Amino acid sequence: MKNVCLTTRNLLSVTLKSCVSPTDLELDFTNLYPFPLETKEAGTDNRNIVDDGKSQKLTHDDIKALKDKGIKGQEIVQQLIENSTTFRDKTEFAQDKYIKKKKKKYEAVITIVKPSTRILSTMYYAREPGKINHLRYDTLAQMLTLGNIHAGNKMIVMETCAGLVLGAVMERMGGYGSIIQMYPGGGPVRAATSCFGFPKPFFDNLHEFPLSKVQSLLSGTFSTETLPADPEENALGEEESNGLSEEKQTALQETGEEPAAEAPMEINPTEEQDTMDISAEDVEFKETKEKENKENVREKHIKQWERRKKLKEAAALLREKNADGLIVASKFHPTPLLLSLLEFVAPSRPFVVYCQYKEPLLECYTKLRERGGVINLKLSETWLRNYQVLPDRSHPKLTMSGGGGYLLSGITVVLEKGKSDSSNSEALKMEEPSSKRCKLQDLPC
Amino acid sequence: MSFVEYGDTIKDGDTAIVFLGHESMFPVKVQHGSVTQTKYGVIRHSTDLIGKKYGSKVTCSKGGWVFILHPTPELWTMNLPHRTQILYSTDISIITMMLELKPGSIVCESGTGSGSLSHALIRTVAPTGHLYTVEFHQQRAEKAREEFREHGVEHLVTVTNQDVCKNGFGVSNIADAVFLDIPSPWEAIGHAKSALKAEGGRICSFSPCIEQVQRTCLAMEESGFTEINTLEILLRVYNVRTVSLQIPDLGKAAEDNSSTGFDSSSPSHQAPLDAVLLTSPVSVLL
Repeated sequence: MKNVCLTTRNLLSVTLKSCVSPTDLELDFTNLYPFPLETKEAGTDNRNIVDDGKSQKLTHDDIKALKDKGIKGQEIVQQLIENSTTFRDKTEFAQDKYIKKKKKKYEAVITIVKPSTRILSTMYYAREPGKINHLRYDTLAQMLTLGNIHAGNKMIVMETCAGLVLGAVMERMGGYGSIIQMYPGGGPVRAATSCFGFPKPFFDNLHEFPLSKVQSLLSGTFSTETLPADPEENALGEEESNGLSEEKQTALQETGEEPAAEAPMEINPTEEQDTMDISAEDVEFKETKEKENKENVREKHIKQWERRKKLKEAAALLREKNADGLIVASKFHPTPLLLSLLEFVAPSRPFVVYCQYKEPLLECYTKLRERGGVINLKLSETWLRNYQVLPDRSHPKLTMSGGGGYLLSGITVVLEKGKSDSSNSEALKMEEPSSKRCKLQDLPC
Repeated sequence: MSFVEYGDTIKDGDTAIVFLGHESMFPVKVQHGSVTQTKYGVIRHSTDLIGKKYGSKVTCSKGGWVFILHPTPELWTMNLPHRTQILYSTDISIITMMLELKPGSIVCESGTGSGSLSHALIRTVAPTGHLYTVEFHQQRAEKAREEFREHGVEHLVTVTNQDVCKNGFGVSNIADAVFLDIPSPWEAIGHAKSALKAEGGRICSFSPCIEQVQRTCLAMEESGFTEINTLEILLRVYNVRTVSLQIPDLGKAAEDNSSTGFDSSSPSHQAPLDAVLLTSPVSVLL
């Protein structure tokens, strides 16, 4: 199964169920530059061209008829040109533009390409920016470089961008090193990550750890007793229960929550019998069902045991407090995330935080300064401008600024408790004299 | 340490970055017996650096202190000795992403210049990729080779001293990506094409002037490259400060209607308003 992207204007992601070889498809690699015209007739300007919507003599139905006849897009474009009363009066540039436009509409050119961060991040920003907190692709590019993401790193990634940021980090690590993905709620979202089409070994060193356990890990009270509710487990359970009552469901979950034995546990078979009618015919059916259920239950326990094992592994990795970097890109306020997750990062390592808005990063910056243990803090934004470059027709197209999010980056250093890390003379420059400051709440009303 | 692999402690022969404060750092070659002068005093490599953890605070002879950082291509870009104008991390980031570079990629680059981009490319393609970099200036080529050696990355890069416009990159049909930062990139497009793999290779050219861009785009199109895009990226850095702004005196909501407006409450219940300040973190474009 291969993941490919269809590009050129309409970006879609498609998973092909079988391998595709170049000969299987008829692909048109014509680029979008116009083919030479038979007549080189053109006007000099548009002073006499009236846009009354009547220049094109082919009607909607005519075009549809041509399409139905099955003639090629190239032919349709030729027909449109011939039936346009104003075409020969247009300037050469205008003719170029017209032809390009018609080609785009009637000649479907599909290019099959391998997915990459470049393609997926531009896709997501164009089509589903809400899913990625409006992280523009150039901002993502900065994160990957500022974070020195490379093969062999031990990275901590906290993102709520559908797994796009995780995928980008994985691509730059090439399967080497390890990643611990922190996640809110029940489990990490990796919808976009699967679009990259990474080979299976890439996932061997991808771990996940719930945010809800971070505090306990930091304070040393972490245990694997209560796992966050696994949505997958519940769904599986529902499928299996079919005719069984919900009693069994809750019974299963309760037994699951008990202190983890290293071996999966057996469920008490009598509980199953209570909930079902026993009749002569049903006995056999029930027996096979019981066997099935026992199998499922055992499977579920094995799964749960595996989950616990993985959780312990992830916790152990975090506890070493020697991660090579931290990437945060989420909908949550960055400050609490940074203040806690930085604890797991080794000194002299970069970290990058993305936020759709600037203000939370201002607060984050200030809090980090108070905390110490970080240097080279930088709050930045990138502006992107693309250009149309054609002979005698070069100009900028679109400027993207502000809407691509902001980055706060820095480098960790050894944290000395109770001391500020501001450079020797810098500490005094940070704030105004404190004697006159007063918080809004303290104001007399 | 190397530029492609993190190490924990400073070792003899390492290149480390000395951080003195905001926007003030410099690289240092760690060597037994060496000393480094800073404005805070002397750093003795043997006692202050070697064996210490990267990220440690080091106190200098005059009492001030510095941080010693593990080198990264980004820190190197900010601190390397310039032999030519260099590319900065903002451009490097977008180039890396647009060329789809990753571990294992084969990249061709010209000109090597001061090696700023080179270090970043090497870092990205390590451990299984390779950078073929071409520099027509003999001393610059040699200096680059020397630096790659010192930084522990010489196995990932080949520096060739020739003119890319005349003689190409020295390899054929293997590159995943080609990067050009030369005065006349349109003269190298043909060579770039032969260095690139047959299909799916990507090319990027960096030019300060739009006229160069125009010529290069035309050459690319004529050579059969498709999906040509021209981009410009600008970095905007914000300066973050906490400021306290004065609260204006809007008077009191009077409970008695005394005409004189004299404040009848005792002074201890009311802070003098002209001395009250509200604190906010603010950002200002640098």
